[in-house]
Amino acid sequence: MTVLDAKIPAGPLEQKWDEHRFAMKLVSPANKRKFSIIVVGTGLAGASAAATLGELGYRVKAFTFHDSARRAHSIAAQGGINAAKNYHGDGDSVYRLFYDTVKGGDFRSREANVYRLAQVSNNIIDQCVAQGVPFAREYGGLLDNRSFGGAQVSRTFYARGQTGQQLLLGAYQALSRQVKERTVELHTNQEMLDVVVVDGRAVGIVTRDLRTGQVASHAADAVVLATGGYSNAFYLSTNAMACNVTAAWRAHRRGAMFANPCFTQIHPTAIPASDEFQSKLTLMSESLRNDGRIWVPTDADEARSVGDIPEDGRDYFLERRYPAFGNLAPRDISSRAAKERVDAGFGVGPLKNGVYLDFSEAIGRLGRDAIAEKYGNLFDMYERITGEDPYRTPMRIYPAPHYTMGGLWVDYELQTTVPGLFAIGEANFSDHGANRLGASALMQGLADGYFVLPATIGNYLAPMLGKPKVDTTASEFAQVERDVEARVQRFLASRGTRSVDWFHRELGRIVWDHCGMSRTKEGLEKALSEIPALRAEFEADVRVPGSGDTINSSLEKAGRVEDFFELAELMCRDALVREESCGGHFREEHQTADGEALRDDENFAHVTAWEWSGDSAAPVEHREQLEYEYVQLATRSYK
Amino acid sequence: MNLTLRVWRQAGPSEPGRFETYEAKGVSEDSSFLEMLDLVNEGLIARGDEPIEFMHDCREGICGTCGMMINGQAHGPKELTTTCQLHMRTFSDGDEIVIEPWRAAGFPVLKDLVVDRSAFDRIVQAGGYVSVETGSAQDANLIPIPKADADLAMDAAACIGCGACVAACPNGAAQLFTSAKLAHLNLLPQGQPERSRRTLAMVEVMEERFGSCTNYGECEAACPKGISIDFIAMMNRDHRRALVSGRRSA
Repeated sequence: MTVLDAKIPAGPLEQKWDEHRFAMKLVSPANKRKFSIIVVGTGLAGASAAATLGELGYRVKAFTFHDSARRAHSIAAQGGINAAKNYHGDGDSVYRLFYDTVKGGDFRSREANVYRLAQVSNNIIDQCVAQGVPFAREYGGLLDNRSFGGAQVSRTFYARGQTGQQLLLGAYQALSRQVKERTVELHTNQEMLDVVVVDGRAVGIVTRDLRTGQVASHAADAVVLATGGYSNAFYLSTNAMACNVTAAWRAHRRGAMFANPCFTQIHPTAIPASDEFQSKLTLMSESLRNDGRIWVPTDADEARSVGDIPEDGRDYFLERRYPAFGNLAPRDISSRAAKERVDAGFGVGPLKNGVYLDFSEAIGRLGRDAIAEKYGNLFDMYERITGEDPYRTPMRIYPAPHYTMGGLWVDYELQTTVPGLFAIGEANFSDHGANRLGASALMQGLADGYFVLPATIGNYLAPMLGKPKVDTTASEFAQVERDVEARVQRFLASRGTRSVDWFHRELGRIVWDHCGMSRTKEGLEKALSEIPALRAEFEADVRVPGSGDTINSSLEKAGRVEDFFELAELMCRDALVREESCGGHFREEHQTADGEALRDDENFAHVTAWEWSGDSAAPVEHREQLEYEYVQLATRSYK
Repeated sequence: MNLTLRVWRQAGPSEPGRFETYEAKGVSEDSSFLEMLDLVNEGLIARGDEPIEFMHDCREGICGTCGMMINGQAHGPKELTTTCQLHMRTFSDGDEIVIEPWRAAGFPVLKDLVVDRSAFDRIVQAGGYVSVETGSAQDANLIPIPKADADLAMDAAACIGCGACVAACPNGAAQLFTSAKLAHLNLLPQGQPERSRRTLAMVEVMEERFGSCTNYGECEAACPKGISIDFIAMMNRDHRRALVSGRRSA
């Protein structure tokens, strides 16, 4: 085990970023065009980074496996984006946003990174408004804000229920401008299937064209991964169908360490699964908990229809357990409480797999129109999916995998443990600790892409000026291409009986049951024996029909699911060694007498970063110690 | 419920296509239209056949990836609903459903129900942005924008780029898509300096790639986000003004 150095600049917290920006080496404007940078992924982080690097004068190649740079799952974020503008004079500040984020992450994030995030949050809002992002406004013409979980100030900027969409379109437009200016070469329908490392440095990638099957090499002076999170390891999640870990995982296999893979966020309010063939879970915004009351019947065998259950037959379990925060308890805590009731047999709905989110009291108090104005679009979406009218009958909700705080380990400059390979947005691990606050994912993706990476990457590139470059004729590229081709051919040669989706569903079930909202040593060990067994079955019995020279969705999924198998093992291993409960990671062995998470700061105030050591060897554990100079470690209480 | 599907199958961009008939059995009325297709595909894979390829991703009506003609209607019979959000309870047991790819010359078929919509990106690349470099922005509240203007810009910006408007148009025209992007930016103060130049450039690429608008209004009816054809009128006004003023170089 080695101790990782995050290279956090010295000096007072407030000055670290400014001083580091001055200390970093620069690439002069005329020299920038001598450097090429590959950016993989065109979500919020990737599109903003590619656009900004192009503006700076670098030669950028941006890759997306979508048909357009406007499709990434950033687009589905509903609620909003945090910033410390303090436009409402309610006491917000950079320091308060920093503090709330560190506390919300249950004291498992890096102080210096989070402070920088809070600092640049204000620049993000300025930038987005200048691009024409139509944020919500007040009648006076100024920007409106709302509140989100884990904060006592109003700092969330929003564009109706489509904030992610509008921010992504802003970044997509900036990227489109650079495509027109020819500083960015945009490659759509290209999936990155490996990183190429020469003499210890990342020098390019190998991609496969999803329409023609063409495998190709691309060389550059640096590679940036902005490829999102891995919630689809659970199969059912709120992520889009194509979200996957392959780019990050392939980088991991080439030497990039993977940090805190067990830190996953389960969002409390998604629509529960209705049958076995359900393909994904749909989120209902956190904002609904402002007016909805969460309950289950007190009698597990309750047979009356929901409207006929009297008050004394209802258990408002969040209000009962957390009287101070009630229905607005944080995500991790609300999710576990719902699971506890459903596991105990009190679940509602035909599959008894949900809890009620009931608006009848609010409709009675405020009137139907007031509720419709606040939540109308969400109520419509709920009705479209379930066929039930939430104005008349309570919504049924259940927690769902939503976001992954873990990811590729990066230092303060967002560089992974492979020199020249950077990771930004949800793909890295750095800012959210063990639990992410609402409206902070958009903030981090854009902070990394617009403001942090474009500054830090120069510090890596500057010393390489004038040095010989590696191009795609290097033998390493040919070797990686052969590896990629061989993998494709191996899948196409499979003659099994089951679809890739079948295996993905089964894998998801194991990960959800044993490495989901609540984890035990016994369960994790069981998962660690079941996952390799299922993996062996996958290798022997998967069926990938069709050919490799045309659109073949089964083939695309086969590689992604195979990588999820390996990641799922690492998630369980990581959860097993973290003998404490914190944020989204709840180990049943480590809880207080009344069932709350019990952190162990003495032994676990660190990041666990895993090193790949081959197909047949166990991964090696490394650590980065987390130092808290400014924030006092404390137990979170919401009672 | 049990359904009979007639699905357009086409092996590649230059291969001939044909309708194939499939039985979809035991479909839950709670499943989405795409989950119904997933089920049919599971059956095809089990038989060793190639599954039906279709476009999809977020499955919550926002990414704009999905889209197909369902019984001749873009995104199917339910208004303001993308294909992924269409649920099977909209149909009845025993129904026959005809499924085709987007029908438009601007969107060539690549395989089965998958089409190439890259022409939309070309339109945006022609000028669908505000030229502002990262880091050069002033404080966000220095640009007050009347709420009504911001709301109207947001109505236009809600476009998800799915292409239903083009597929529904008898002329295969892209006026609704183009005008929505133009209105989003042209209605805001940030969009004014490049208003003429943007309008001319985007309309030019649109006309190269797509058919002409003759006011059928099918686009508005098919749009899952309820984008109004009023924006087309606004685009036409802006375009005439830009032609007259000749501020191409602005």
